[in-house]
Amino acid sequence: MPTTLPTPLALVAELTHRCPLHCVYCSNPLELAKRESELPTQTWVRVFQEAAKAGVLQVDFTGGEPLARTDIVELVHAARLAGLYVSLITSGLPLDEAKLAALVEAGLDHFQLSFQGATEQTAREISNSTSHPQKLRVLEWLKKHRIGVTLNFVIHRQNIQELEEMLLLVDEHRPGCVEFASVQYYGWALANRQALLPTRRQLEFCVAKLKEAEERLKGKTRVVFVVPDYYAKFPKPCVGGWGRKLMLVSPDGAVLPCHAAGVIPGIHFENVRDKSLQEIWESSPAFQKFRGEDWMQEPCKSCDRRHQDFGGCRCQAMALTGDPAATDPVCSLAPTRTKVDAILASINEPKPAILEEKPAYIYRPNPA
Amino acid sequence: MKPELTATPRLAPGVRLNEKSQLPRTLLMPERALRLNGPSLEIVQLCDGHHTVQQIAEKLHTLYSKAEPQRITDDLLGYLALLHDQRAIDF
Repeated sequence: MPTTLPTPLALVAELTHRCPLHCVYCSNPLELAKRESELPTQTWVRVFQEAAKAGVLQVDFTGGEPLARTDIVELVHAARLAGLYVSLITSGLPLDEAKLAALVEAGLDHFQLSFQGATEQTAREISNSTSHPQKLRVLEWLKKHRIGVTLNFVIHRQNIQELEEMLLLVDEHRPGCVEFASVQYYGWALANRQALLPTRRQLEFCVAKLKEAEERLKGKTRVVFVVPDYYAKFPKPCVGGWGRKLMLVSPDGAVLPCHAAGVIPGIHFENVRDKSLQEIWESSPAFQKFRGEDWMQEPCKSCDRRHQDFGGCRCQAMALTGDPAATDPVCSLAPTRTKVDAILASINEPKPAILEEKPAYIYRPNPA
Repeated sequence: MKPELTATPRLAPGVRLNEKSQLPRTLLMPERALRLNGPSLEIVQLCDGHHTVQQIAEKLHTLYSKAEPQRITDDLLGYLALLHDQRAIDF
C-alpha cells in the first residue's frame, strides 16, 4: 500500500561534537565525532539550501556546542538566506557581546540557552565546567536584541530541589519561553541514569510547581515541561514519527532520523557528501526502515494510538529490549513495560541507598 | 487574554512570517510553525504594531462583507487571544 511521502519540516544541524561542557546528561552518542571529520562550511551551506528546497521550515543549530564552530556566524547567515528559521541551541559559550550582535545581524531568530542548575555549584557538578556565570552574562546581553529566547533547564534528581530558584531566574529575565526538560535516557544520560532519574515524589513536586508557574506566567512566558519518558503512561510520538518530520545531519555528514539512531544496529546512514538531502530523505534505507506501519509489532499494529504516537521511540525500544521494532517499553500496553517498572522501583521503593550516595558520574569528554 | 480594540498587536520577539515566495505562508516561532491561510494570514500581516484591533476588524469586514461584522470581530478577538497565549503576538 503506497503512502504519501511526508515533507520534512525540521532540520537538526549537529554541527560538532566539540563542547566546553561535559554534562552527564548529554544525549550525544558515546562515540563522538572527531574534529577532522566535521563538514566544511560550504557543505553546510548546500545542506541548508537543499533543506529549504525540500520544504524544511526550521533549522536547529546544535552539537556538542555549535558556538565552537568558528564559522557559526556564516552558517547562521547561510541558513537564513536559504529561507530557514534559525535557532541556536547552546550553552552560551564561547560568546561575547560582539559575537552575539553578529549572530543577530546575520539573521538568528531564536536563542535557546541551557542551564545545568540554578547555582554555580550545581552547574559545575553536572557539567564539570565553570559555565554558569557566563550564562548569566548572556542573559543580560540578550536583552539588547529582539529575538526569541528560550531558557532550557535540564532537570533530574540532582537539581530538582533548585526548581524554585530556577523560577526566580525566569521571573527576573522574562524569556519568551522556558523549558523544564527532564533528562531522557540516551547516550551519556543513559550511562548516568541511576544518578539522574528523579523519584516519583520529586516529579509530583515538579508538576505541581510548574502548573502554578504556567498560570502565573501565562501571556508573558510560555512554560513547557517534559516529563521523563519512564513515568509516562503512553510513549511520546518521538520526533513526530520516524522519517515523518525531522532529519538530523551529524557533524561528519551522516543523515539520521533522530539523534540516537546510531544505537540501532544494521542501519547504514547515508551522507550529505555523497547524496542530496532530498534523495536521502526520500529513499535511504535508514529513513524507510520505520516509516509506515508494516514494521510494527503487536500491540502497536492494531492499536488506535499508533496514529498519534507511531509506536513511540525506536531507540528507546532498542536500548531497553534489544529490538528496535518492539513497542516502546514506556507504553503501559507494552509487554516489556515491566522492565521500565523495575528501573523505577530501583529508585522509588523502598527508600534505596542509591539516593543517599554521592553520584559516581561519567562525564562526557571532548572528542579528539 | 483578549485585546482592547485600541491595542496594536505585533509579532512577539523571534516570531516572523516566512518569505513571500515560500508557500504555504507560515508563521514561524521557536520549535513551532503555524500554517496561515485566508483570514489568519490577513490578520497576522496586520499585526505590525501600527494597526489597531479595530482597524484589523474593519479590514476583515471589508474583505468578508458577506459575514456578520460582530461575528468577524468576535472571531478576531478570539484568534488574537489564542496567538497571545501561545506567545506569538504581544499587545
